[in-house]
Amino acid sequence: MNVRRSIALISVLGFGYAFLYLPIAILIFYSFNDSRLVTVWSHASLRWYAALLDNEQMLDAAWLSLRVAAVSATLSAALGTAAAFALQRLKPFFADRGYEALVMLPLIVPEVLIGLSLLLLFVVLGNAIGWPSERGAMTITLAHATFGTAYAAVVIRARLSQLDPSLDEAAAILGATPWRTFRRVTLPLLMPAIAAGWLLSFTLSLDDVVVASFVTGPGASTLPIVVFSSVRLGVSPQINALATLMVLFVSCLILAATLMTRRKHA
Amino acid sequence: MDTPGGGAPPVIRIESVSKNFGAVPAVAGVSLDITRGDFFCLVGASGSGKTTLLRLIAGFERPERGRILIDGEDMTNRPPYARPVNMMFQSYALFPHLSVADNVGFGLVEERRPRAEIRDRVAAALELFDMAGLSARKPHQLSGGQRQRVALARALVKKPKILLLDEPLAALDKKLREKAQLELVALRERVGITFVMVTHDQEEAMSMASHIALMRDGALCQVGTPRQLYDEPQSRFAADFFGVANLFDEAEGRTVMVRPEQIAVSRERPQRANVLAAALTNTVFLGNAYVCHFALDGGKVVQARLSPADMAALGALATGERVHLSWEPAAARVLTS
Ligand SMILES: Nc1ncnc2c1ncn2[C@@H]1O[C@H](COP(=O)(O)OP(=O)(O)OP(=O)(O)O)[C@@H](O)[C@H]1O
Ligand SMILES: [Mg+2]
Repeated sequence: MNVRRSIALISVLGFGYAFLYLPIAILIFYSFNDSRLVTVWSHASLRWYAALLDNEQMLDAAWLSLRVAAVSATLSAALGTAAAFALQRLKPFFADRGYEALVMLPLIVPEVLIGLSLLLLFVVLGNAIGWPSERGAMTITLAHATFGTAYAAVVIRARLSQLDPSLDEAAAILGATPWRTFRRVTLPLLMPAIAAGWLLSFTLSLDDVVVASFVTGPGASTLPIVVFSSVRLGVSPQINALATLMVLFVSCLILAATLMTRRKHA
Repeated sequence: MDTPGGGAPPVIRIESVSKNFGAVPAVAGVSLDITRGDFFCLVGASGSGKTTLLRLIAGFERPERGRILIDGEDMTNRPPYARPVNMMFQSYALFPHLSVADNVGFGLVEERRPRAEIRDRVAAALELFDMAGLSARKPHQLSGGQRQRVALARALVKKPKILLLDEPLAALDKKLREKAQLELVALRERVGITFVMVTHDQEEAMSMASHIALMRDGALCQVGTPRQLYDEPQSRFAADFFGVANLFDEAEGRTVMVRPEQIAVSRERPQRANVLAAALTNTVFLGNAYVCHFALDGGKVVQARLSPADMAALGALATGERVHLSWEPAAARVLTS
């Protein structure tokens, strides 16, 4: 009975993992395929990795994406921390959950709408005050930071609400001003959540194509935009190689984050 | 309502302080002086405002009316971090990311003490609580009792004038709690500062405090030494709160209180002013005493507490047996409200 149950559980788990990871595994597998046809296996080679390294458009796009993701994730983590704090502190005044829902709104609004509304905002601003004068890396970064902030705020808020509120009071009665309390108690305790929020926004920025397509301008094509438009002309095995590298990169980041948070708790 | 105790200036003076939470008057017009070096206990039922009064002294709450002075200085508008007060929290509130030594040294770092001084004072504080070997541990690697000692060390290392404690022993089981009560009293004598402790356990307050304030609905009901509160309660509420009270209504709306241990039981009618005829309804053996319940002729129940020797002298008492209850005139207290 127990054995049968654990076999059933293991198969469900196996199925779940297969569902999640099989597509990625196939993609990685075919990135080492020598054939020009994506789904026909000939023999193993690193040919497409070499081709990728020669593809300057792709490399530029990757570099731009990484910069946009890093800056927007940093903005998101900072604003998300501030938002989580404000929500926690203002709770007694605005017991109404509506204020929280407002911060979380970008999580549920369709990306198309976010992209469109930001594009409108940038155009209106550009006409009215001359900033942003052109659309490109800067506008994409700001756009990504708007929804990244929402995600980061959710993660950080969850952690913040778990902290014992008497920790703040203990620091205060030991002589710490509110700012010192934040620096010495709250921030270190929130660090794992802030790191998680940063990573989440980073990943979201890295794979966003919809919002970026709306708010980008000439000459600023992020990696997903380049991939998306090149795939429309036919899938090149280079994309597989690129995707494999990205999976590797993101896995490293997540591993680093996991190790970091684990050391914090020890 | 001044604390009895003499001419020395009080370390804490609370002047008609009020604090409301919305429509709830949590503390209502409290005036209280606390003498330096006191072990002062705030007692009262749940919701009577004990925690709020403590938090007002700490500065976590601001009063709507009144003033709070510490050592003659007006603290009313000072934030907690600028008051010469420390507090031990019921949850201990140790910083989970810091080692025991860094927890204890936290307040000294805020005072910007030199590093060597911090190290020495932390070591001395940990020594005081027998925790020297644990200074590198994190709070989650400590037992409950060890956490409590770290919290105490952290609160005392800055040598505050006052230590506030909100139900510090509530989390401990009965055996440990009695031990911790003695340790806290001994600790206060060793460090010499004023302790203000909240508890809702009247026995704990009686055994630990040098003075007690009884709170009811945000106001002070009575302030005094444990003996005064037990022997000379001024109200029915105070009489009932501190132990069992037999209350007798007399003429002109007066109420008289007699404690169970003051009541003598005899078969013959004694030569005393206060004698009542009663029948035994039941007896409870407590190990060191017997508690007997008697019914008076009107049906009113009176409790008497007899020592095993009294009980032996009386001989076997059967349920329903008629006896005489009596007490010395000096044992009876007239309650004013
Ligand atoms: N932050 C708050 N917001 C609203 N009402 C509060 C707050 N703190 C306390 N109260 C109310 O004030 C009154 C006094 O509360 P307080 O916590 O001081 O009581 P207490 O004597 O410490 O009770 P207990 O023994 O249960 O701890 C209660 O009616 C309580 O509901
Ligand atoms: Mg309380």
